[in-house]
Amino acid sequence: MKNLSWRLIAVLVVIIMAAVYILPTATMYIKGTSEPEIWPHKKINLGLDLQGGMHLVLEVQTEKAVENAMSLKISDIRQALRKHTMKNRGVTLVPQSTKLHVKLLSADDLPAFRGIIADDFQDLAVSDTSESGSLTLVTLSMKADEAERVRKFAADQALETIRNRIDEFGVSEPDIRKQGDDRILIQLPGVTDTKAAKDLIGKTAILEFRLVDEDGDVQTALASHAPAGSELLNLVHKDPVSGVESSTPMLIKKRVLLTGDSLTDARILFDNMTNEPYVSIEFDRKGARIFGKITGANVNRRLAIVLDDTVYSAPVIRDRIAGGRAQITGGFTMEEARVLSIALRAGALPAPVKILEERTVGPTLGADSIRKGIWSMLIGGLAVIVFMVVYYKGSGLIADVALILNVLLIAAGLAAFQATLTLPGIAGIILTIGMAVDANVLIFERIREELNLGQSPMAAVEAGFDKATLTILDANVTTLIAAMVLFQFGSGPVKGFAVTLGIGILSSLFTALVVSRLLFDSILQKANVKTLSI
Amino acid sequence: MQFIKETNINFTGVKKIAFCLSLTLIAVSIISLFIHKGPRYGVDFSGGSAVQVKFTDAVDIASVKKGLKPAGLEGASVQRFGSDSDHEFQIRTKQAFMADSSFAPKVKQALGESTGVEVKDLSLDMVGPQVSKDLRQKALLAMFYALLFIIIYISGRFELKWGLSGALAAILGGAVYGVTQLQSIAFVSSGMPFLIVLALVISIIFCWYLELKYAMGAIIALVHDITITVGIFSLLDVEFTLPIVAALLTIIGYSLNDTIIVFDRIRENGKKYTKKPLDFIINRSVNETLSRTILTSLTTLVVVVALYVLGGGVIHDFAFAMIIGVVTGTYSSIYVASPILLAWKTDEN
Repeated sequence: MKNLSWRLIAVLVVIIMAAVYILPTATMYIKGTSEPEIWPHKKINLGLDLQGGMHLVLEVQTEKAVENAMSLKISDIRQALRKHTMKNRGVTLVPQSTKLHVKLLSADDLPAFRGIIADDFQDLAVSDTSESGSLTLVTLSMKADEAERVRKFAADQALETIRNRIDEFGVSEPDIRKQGDDRILIQLPGVTDTKAAKDLIGKTAILEFRLVDEDGDVQTALASHAPAGSELLNLVHKDPVSGVESSTPMLIKKRVLLTGDSLTDARILFDNMTNEPYVSIEFDRKGARIFGKITGANVNRRLAIVLDDTVYSAPVIRDRIAGGRAQITGGFTMEEARVLSIALRAGALPAPVKILEERTVGPTLGADSIRKGIWSMLIGGLAVIVFMVVYYKGSGLIADVALILNVLLIAAGLAAFQATLTLPGIAGIILTIGMAVDANVLIFERIREELNLGQSPMAAVEAGFDKATLTILDANVTTLIAAMVLFQFGSGPVKGFAVTLGIGILSSLFTALVVSRLLFDSILQKANVKTLSI
Repeated sequence: MQFIKETNINFTGVKKIAFCLSLTLIAVSIISLFIHKGPRYGVDFSGGSAVQVKFTDAVDIASVKKGLKPAGLEGASVQRFGSDSDHEFQIRTKQAFMADSSFAPKVKQALGESTGVEVKDLSLDMVGPQVSKDLRQKALLAMFYALLFIIIYISGRFELKWGLSGALAAILGGAVYGVTQLQSIAFVSSGMPFLIVLALVISIIFCWYLELKYAMGAIIALVHDITITVGIFSLLDVEFTLPIVAALLTIIGYSLNDTIIVFDRIRENGKKYTKKPLDFIINRSVNETLSRTILTSLTTLVVVVALYVLGGGVIHDFAFAMIIGVVTGTYSSIYVASPILLAWKTDEN
């Protein structure tokens, strides 16, 4: 008699674990609740095509991108004017537009100025000139095709950045598309934390390091206007205990010394003293060098960390900082710090986005298609079960038990790993069921061959399993290799398919080689049968 | 109960006929794909248009779908929007109808008639593809790398040529990786499908020269199955959608499983009948595994046919691809993968 104890215990443990992981989902379905109430609080996530979720339509403010591009040219134009010793009284961005104003002191310089623009700024055009007293006012604008290119790039870049952020956020298989010229359509399956999702998606996350203007007077700036080269921004601080947010006006120099483009990483860490979360950022090599130079040249001055035109902190520079690291503190909650670190890692949006529409949506496959699909799969599965009993009699029952347990294990695996189930994933399950049946068929056919050779039932079962095991392992390992590689290199639907396939193969190996064997041995051991029902 | 007992069918004897049939099917598939310039991509791959439609009263999604055909939106997907009380749906189709000003009234009328409820509001817009070009390239690369690992495993297990196949896979994988990196540097992002096909052909040629028989048999069977399935889709002009990619992945796994089991029996019989010629061993092995092969196909087909008959819309097409794949996969395991092992035997004579 073979010792069945260890295998029986192993099987029971696996079954209990599977039941534990499936229970939350089953309870949700029965009660109709939206969150798992029972430990371990993990449910089977459904993808967009099966469940639906949150739908957003964003508008990328591409005009803002053109405006930003024009702003970047101001200092270049000033340098060009200086190089040509052309006297002027400032190059400024016309408020609420994408045009620049250049004030020349002499009308005689106008032809030469046009030459400079034509030679060195080929994407700009002089769109207007006018006299104002002794000044000549020249209006510059971006050429039409160049502006169009900037707008398109902004929309495409925004799409890619948002895609990266959502990947980091942990939502599986979102539907992200461009819609029209400047809109982005986003659907997130089953998202319940809509505020965090919207914060993540909508945050521009433009990070800038700028010096505090400690020479200017804040009160004067508040009363009239900020000194040249500076602007008023708010230093925002939140009391971590009460959550009250305070806002202090602060004069910040306009010149941007370093931006988030130089970041290589941003992650959440905790302050040793207060245990508050903050975001630790790390620069690339070039950024680290620039940061070292900035801090070295401005010891004992205050450096403001500005995010989306809000000052988060403005620490005094004590020493030159050579390591290429910095911290953003601000009384964050854990979720706020997480959203911020993801946004910084994924990069800034090239232009602000506005949420035009927010809805909940049904499944893309259509609810009726899903019901039909489930119904037809149940019918098909039932047909397979009946067929196995008819064809293999008692052994067919054993195969059916193994098959049902297999499906149970797959469901538990999906819940445990928090994988997202979509139609490609269901395809993986169907394939797995086919292969699970195949494993049992292999074993049964082998047993039949041994019986035909005159073996006793016990010996036939023994030999059948022994010979079939190697074949089953070869077949399944090959497919498992495919699943692992698809998981590693694929993304989106291919990954979802690989997950269910991988889980399914492992569970089918277990049910075929361990569970079926256990059932056979139990029956043969008890009944001491002379014939095998197969 | 036993369907098949002690068969003795001469599979290798008809291998020339089987080869001709397979080559014909593959040729037809390739010609069709060439004429149609690839499969007819659905909205998931090529992008298209989105229709947002709002009704004045409650309607069920099935009646909205009934109105798709008269509206000229046949095959489009329908998705409920907002809560049930919003009575709103989004219809996505790959057609670009923005230029047609008569389209909106037509859709309005068709949907109004099919649902019996008046259309309150309707808007049209273009949408980009869900599966970006980058994602498609990743998927193709993932499948190719999976194939390389399979070559290593099969050659190692069945011919004990781990080192040789490992080196081959490393070279091919490195070459493909290098080319893709060069492409991304040069911002040339076209021709990925061509690159993968070329890499596949090179893989098969190398397997031939290095006499990696089993790996070559398995790969050719896989390529055979996928090409025919995609070709039939092209011939029938069925839309190629994301779920069908899942079906193709399933077919790959299924065909591979089938082939491995026959190969395993060949290896076992090779040790058992050391004096017999290879074609005898192959015939014997295919016959011995025939009952299992047919049974497995049958059980899988039962589920898939149920999906085909009872499932709706997208699931219907998905199941159709699966049916073609299961049938083709079963056929190729018997008539394609194993007889290829005889290719070198002929050379020896």
